[in-house]
Parts: sequence; structure tokens; C-alpha cells
Amino acid sequence: MATDTQSPTGHPDSDLRLSGQRLPRWAVPATAAGSVVLTLAVFALTPLQGRADFLVAVGIVFLLGQTAASFLVEGRRHAVDRLATNVVYTCFVLAIIPLVAVIVTVLVHGLKVVNLTFLTHSQRNIGPTDTGGGVYHAIIGTLEIAFVTSLISIPIAVLVAVYLVEYGGRGLLARLVTFFVDVMTGIPSIVAGLFIYVVWILTLGFQRSGFPACLALAILMIPVVVRSTEEMLKLVPNELRESSLALGVPKWRTILRVVIPTALPGIITGIMLGVARVAGETAPLLLLTGYTQSINFNLFSGPMAALPTLIFDQAGRPSQSAVDRAWGAALVLIVIVMLLNLVARVIARLTRVR
Amino acid sequence: MAKRIDVADLNVYYGKFRAVEGVTFSVEPRTITAFIGPSGCGKSTVLRSLNRMHEVLPGARTEGKVAIDGEDIYGPGVDPVNVRRTIGMVFQKPNPFPTMSIYDNVVAGLKLRGRMKRSGLDEVVEKSLRGANLWEEVKDRLDRPGSGLSGGQQQRLCIARAIAVEPQVLLMDEPCSALDPISTLAIEDLMQELKERYTIVIVTHNMQQAARVSDRTGFFNIAGTGQPGKLIEMDDTTKMFSTPTEKATEDYITGRFG
Repeated sequence: MATDTQSPTGHPDSDLRLSGQRLPRWAVPATAAGSVVLTLAVFALTPLQGRADFLVAVGIVFLLGQTAASFLVEGRRHAVDRLATNVVYTCFVLAIIPLVAVIVTVLVHGLKVVNLTFLTHSQRNIGPTDTGGGVYHAIIGTLEIAFVTSLISIPIAVLVAVYLVEYGGRGLLARLVTFFVDVMTGIPSIVAGLFIYVVWILTLGFQRSGFPACLALAILMIPVVVRSTEEMLKLVPNELRESSLALGVPKWRTILRVVIPTALPGIITGIMLGVARVAGETAPLLLLTGYTQSINFNLFSGPMAALPTLIFDQAGRPSQSAVDRAWGAALVLIVIVMLLNLVARVIARLTRVR
Repeated sequence: MAKRIDVADLNVYYGKFRAVEGVTFSVEPRTITAFIGPSGCGKSTVLRSLNRMHEVLPGARTEGKVAIDGEDIYGPGVDPVNVRRTIGMVFQKPNPFPTMSIYDNVVAGLKLRGRMKRSGLDEVVEKSLRGANLWEEVKDRLDRPGSGLSGGQQQRLCIARAIAVEPQVLLMDEPCSALDPISTLAIEDLMQELKERYTIVIVTHNMQQAARVSDRTGFFNIAGTGQPGKLIEMDDTTKMFSTPTEKATEDYITGRFG
């Protein structure tokens, strides 16, 4: 029986044996099978229906049954341990379900549509209910916008991080900058888009184009890259800086040629994560770039298509071909983001300090 | 090339806290001077203030005079970067630059200052590695990363790196404490060779090492926690270890405390 029964002296531990009873290895599958059978029986006999309900019921019965069996055989401590383990696994499964569901859905719907034509043609001259056409114009748009956004964000973010770690210390300016960077990480993308809209289009009088979207996305990307670069720079051991300074190397050169190269793999990973984040932002693009069905290579004049705005445009239309195209574009977007992540990992591995 | 060091009434502060008080001593050119003393008594702090590395820490400052061949390195208008080019330092933990090869590590001091053409660098590398007694072991793998060497080899690489810039003085902060006895012996032998060209000051926890290696020894002590460290006595090594003047020195050397 349980190892924490009272002994004649009343002290629970004086009866402590080194070995206790454990559930046999077949207990877990047996409990699982038993839960299924029991739940099937319950479902057959009662008005309860439905696959989802069935799974939930099986889960609950399994949890209860497993915990009870463990309590009876192994004792309270092991029973609680098993319960906690099962709850953790259950939460993991619950968290994974939406992710897997999204990926599977996008794959299933998107693969129907994606082919070479899809990737190399634009939507020019395709009517609202026609099939055909592709997302080439949107891919170009997304890639160009992501590239120019990175060009703006990376130098600013890396330099801010260098200031915060190497020069700022606890000074007032450093604390202010850290505070504002934290605030910026939380700015909703529509607010960033609105800000640039007011400045670029209303105040300065420019027309919609791809470039103001780059500015808005830079506002969203900079804090992400600042944070991760900061962490990577802090990881560089101080002894390295001191060795370089002791050689008579000025501080700025130490940072440029010793500290940053040492932190480089992590910095690159952070940059790629930042790019992956802004590649899918739709609100600033809607406000600032508009949408077009034709290819536009010029970032500075005229509306540009991008994958998120194409999805937005197509998904709202009543025709099935448009919806299919939206799924295809969604798949392309997810693949691009995954490729960026992969590239980041490869670069990090190649530049890693051995 | 080697220079003399004259320290007069050096006080070193970490913010408001006075860590070292009233230190005065001289170091002759081409000698090895060892600082010994219990932990926390300010030996490394004094060493670091000899090449203006102490002020790298935020809030740290010094008062007093440190003169290299008569020129006060804390004088007005003196650039700390130039001071550190004259006075090199080797740290306790060997730390070759991880992203650089052995070759690049040795010339890091020169390259990062922007001087010297490619052709001159090869000579400097060989000369410095020979000087650090590492040339034979690494001459065939100069483009491999510096971190691939053993601890003793890494420390000798750091020494090569420090002497490649041709300083006048070499400061060593417990250079052997992270090394095994064989590597320690190699570095101690190296110090005897380097003594002919550089003035060397080393901090060591190992009294026997100080006795083996140095010409003069300075004993630092601290009155209690929160008190500043002081230089109790500095004299020829043979005299310090046989008939020291101060009682505290004798107590430390004979192991009654520390």
C-alpha cells in the first residue's frame, strides 16, 4: 500500500522504507485503453456526441484514472508527480494544436495553387472572378520592402545597442533610450503606419508608395533588433574588451573589431527574427503602399503589391479562385519567413566561434 | 627600451571607496618585481593603475603620480590609449580573441591600430612568437583559431600578443594561476628571458613563484575589510623572504596568515 501510512508510534516517517511499490510499465497504456473504452460506453449510453467532446472526455477520464491508480499503488507523491507530468503534456498538445492546424491548412489549401506560373506571374489583367495569374508582383514587393526596411533598421538598431551596452551604463540617456525601446516593442503596427501616414503623406505631401511602408516597418523592427543585439553584446566576456584595451587599441576599434565580431552570430539571428516579424505586417502596407495588380519594381513611386496585402485583397473576394490565390500567397509568405529563419541558423552556425 | 617606474603616493578609488592608500615604490628597468599579499589587498588594483586600465571600470579613479622614465602617465593631456601602448598587460585568464587566427591574434595590437603593411607583419609574428617561446609549436598552424590551443599555449599567445606591440613595460596579473605546473614553469622561464628586454611587474598569489622569479618583491596588506590596502614593504626578494623588516611581512611569508 501507500508508503505514508501511519506507523504505531504515530510518526509518518519512522515507517519509511527505501523501496516503494511502483505501477507496472503496462499501466499507462492500459489506463489509456481503459479510458477510451469507458468513454465509448458512456457516449453510447448518454446523449453526449461529437469527436471533440469524445477526445476531451477520454483525456479527463485518463487523467483521473491514472492519478487514482497511481495514488492507490505508488502513494501520494508519485500520484501528484504523474498528474503534473500528464497536465504538462496535455498543455503542450493544446499549444501545438493551433500551430499544426494552421500549417496543415495552409499547406493543404496552398499547394493546390502554387506552381511555377503562380510564382512568376502577376495579377495584371486578371478579372475579379478569373483564375490564373500569380503572386510574382507581391513576392517582389515583399522582398524589396523587407530589404530596404532592414537597410534602414539594422545600422540604427545595432548602433543603439552598442551605445546602450558599451557607453551608456547607468546614465540618464541610456535609461531613457531603454525605456523608449521597450515602449516601441509594443507599438501596434497600425499606429506605426498611421504615424508615417501623417508625416509622409499628409504633411510632406508624397503619394503612396513602398518606401513609407519601409519607414513604418523600421519603427517596428528597430526595437526587436536593439533588444537582441543588446543581449548578444552583453554576452561577450569583459576580459576580451580588457585584453584589447590593454594592447592600446582605442575603444571604438575594440567594439568594431573585437566585440561585434564575437557577438555576430547572435546579432544576425536577431536581425533575421526582426525581418521575419515585419515581413508579414499588413496594416502599414494597407495605409501607405496601397495595392496593385501589376508588377512595380520602383519602391518610390506608385502603389506596390506585397504578400500580406495581396492576401487581404484576394481573401475578401467572393470567388473561389481568389480565395485559393490567397491561400497560395499565405503559403509563399510562410515559406519565405521559414527560409529566412533557416538562413539565419546557417549563418549563425558558420560564423560561430569555435 | 625598458623603462623605470616611479610611483608616488598612489591612492586608488572605486567610486567613493578608497581601495589602495599611499603606495610609493620604484621599479628599476629590466627587473622583475613581484607583488604578493592576501586576497583583496589591492595588488591587482595597483597593477592595473600602472597602465591606466583601472579607469576603464565605471566610477574608478586614481590620485597620485605614476611616472614612466620620469613622465607622469596621469599628467594633464596624457592619452590613456598611448599609455597602454607603452605598458602592456597579460591577464590571469588566457583570452585570445576568439574570432581571430593565431596569426591575427599576435598582430591584433598592430593591426587594430592601423599601422604596418602586410609584409612587415610576418616578421613581427615570428619574432613575437619566438619571444614567447611558442613559435616552434604553432608555426605550421598560424591560421587556425587561437582558441584551439592548450591553456599554457594560449597564455603564451597572449604574451606574444602583448610583446608584439613592443611595450617598454610588461604587467602580468597572476599569469600562471590558471595553468598547470608544466606550463607555469615554461612561463616562468620565459619571464627570465623577457627580463632582458622589458621591465616586468607581476602579481602573484603564489609566494614560491615570487621567490623563484622576481628580483624585488612588494608585500601588500589590508588592515581589515573595508579598509584600504597598503604597501607594507618592498625590498630585494632574497631579503624579503629571509629577513623581512616588518612583522606583518614575516607573518605572511611564514604562513601565519593569508
